[in-house]
Amino acid sequence: MAEQSFVRHGRHRGNFLDRLADGLAHAVDHALEADDLSRRDGLLQRLDPRVKLGGVFGLILVAVFVKSLAVLAALFWLAVGLAAVSRVGPWRLARQVWIGVLAFTGLIALPAVFLVPGDVLFNLPVLSWPVTLQGVRSAAFLLGRSETAATYALLLVLTTSWPHLLKAMRAFRVPTVLIVIFGLTHRYVFVFLRVATQMLEARRSRLVGPLAPRDRRRLATATAGVLLTRAFDMSTEVHLAMVSRGYRGEPRLLDEFRMRPLDWAAVAGSIAVAAMALWWQA
Amino acid sequence: MTSEHGPPGTSTIFDVIDVHYAYHDTPALTGLSLRIERGERIVLLGANGSGKSTLLRLLDGLYFPSRGRIEAFAQALDEEHFHHDETAFAFRRRVGFVFQNSDVQLFNPTVFDEIAFGPLQLGWPKSQIRTRVAAILDEFSIDHLKDRPPHRLSGGEKKRVALASVLAIDPEVLLLDEPTAALDPKSASALIDFLVTCRGSGRTVITATHDLDIVEDIADRCIVMEAGRVIASGTPHEILMDVPLLTRAGLSHVHLHLHGATAAHSHHHLHHDHHASAGGHHD
Repeated sequence: MAEQSFVRHGRHRGNFLDRLADGLAHAVDHALEADDLSRRDGLLQRLDPRVKLGGVFGLILVAVFVKSLAVLAALFWLAVGLAAVSRVGPWRLARQVWIGVLAFTGLIALPAVFLVPGDVLFNLPVLSWPVTLQGVRSAAFLLGRSETAATYALLLVLTTSWPHLLKAMRAFRVPTVLIVIFGLTHRYVFVFLRVATQMLEARRSRLVGPLAPRDRRRLATATAGVLLTRAFDMSTEVHLAMVSRGYRGEPRLLDEFRMRPLDWAAVAGSIAVAAMALWWQA
Repeated sequence: MTSEHGPPGTSTIFDVIDVHYAYHDTPALTGLSLRIERGERIVLLGANGSGKSTLLRLLDGLYFPSRGRIEAFAQALDEEHFHHDETAFAFRRRVGFVFQNSDVQLFNPTVFDEIAFGPLQLGWPKSQIRTRVAAILDEFSIDHLKDRPPHRLSGGEKKRVALASVLAIDPEVLLLDEPTAALDPKSASALIDFLVTCRGSGRTVITATHDLDIVEDIADRCIVMEAGRVIASGTPHEILMDVPLLTRAGLSHVHLHLHGATAAHSHHHLHHDHHASAGGHHD
């Protein structure tokens, strides 16, 4: 999945501080946008997070182990269909998954087209490298599995709020302490993004002209150092606030999920799709 | 004004006796003594660095005195007290603390989890927790926020959720550190309204602040602190009328300003409704 760099590049203009501050703001916007998406009225948004987590995990496993390209393609188009009824547009999927996965996995898969021995389909002009049927199939499997698995994973993340996703993980016996750590990380990353943005704005308001590369590095390390100190101070305060409300070193969480008919239907649907996929290729 | 010490009564909640506390080499409390009775609404007044926040943390059993002694509910409030789950939970059940920085206090992924946190840690049955959380969400009119993550709340909403999360366990004693700091007037007013309603409820409320405007509404007794010790105690009226005391405590100041005309002059500012009559005396 495409993730945000804190320093924005490309067409964006401005000095290092402008771009860094803009990158931080963009990262926050990105997270808030994803959060808004999880609140839209769509099919996946209406499902119990535990059903979604289990169903998506199951479909990813099927996509990884399936040995038929047609089944793989069907699973991929099922993901696209689920995205459509969950108000996740294809452009978002392309931007956040498909292009990135194609670029990354495509580079890895490309040599297989030429290196896997088998029936030669044609030879590349000039280089005369043979493109084999088995090589193309091998590359298509790698690419198809990656695209399908990443699309399902993105759908899960985009249609489920992070807190609900964490709670759903509990149903699958992920240790509570890990879930608490993930939750705290998600909670405080926003606080520190805001602090970092304020620090950069304060610095920017006192600067005129561009910074030399050496000064940029110095600024970046100084900012990181101050943030680290603040993070340490804040973690102490947060711990005190937890202790004050009865925390004794053993975190406890409350589940408030309830299975409804739609959720049971989704469970049945996921099992049916997985069974059909395995039966079809057999 | 009253002196602080005599023999403790049966209604004494906190008895703080000659307490010292320091952050590394920097002293924060220097021989502080005071007594707080059940049902009192106390305001701790003092300038920044006077030791108000440190005192609240000691009263909540988060810090422990380096010298001196604190008794809470007629038991010594020391580290030994918190070694056992039973005594620790019993204390946490009775005392709630609203921190100054709401971001510190709201560490859960959603508002619902935040309010459920205290009862969960104290081992309440889950059905009772659900009922209690629903009641608190309704009481504070924050039901619409229950699935929201704290980073998406405004400052006023954060403070309301922080207060709601502490009150979820219905503590006998409520400690508040600068509750109106950085709040807009409407949010501050809502918070003050709540503190006003605590009068006669039997709940002991101890508020640290340097906002003199709210003192008469939220306090039955004021304790003025300076450099880590109590320098005065009395009713809000007695304290607010004593300009030399407030000046000494760093709560009154003199600065230049204009009164309609162009001539600037200076006089004491208490930033309090009654400051003209309470001795906004002109220099």
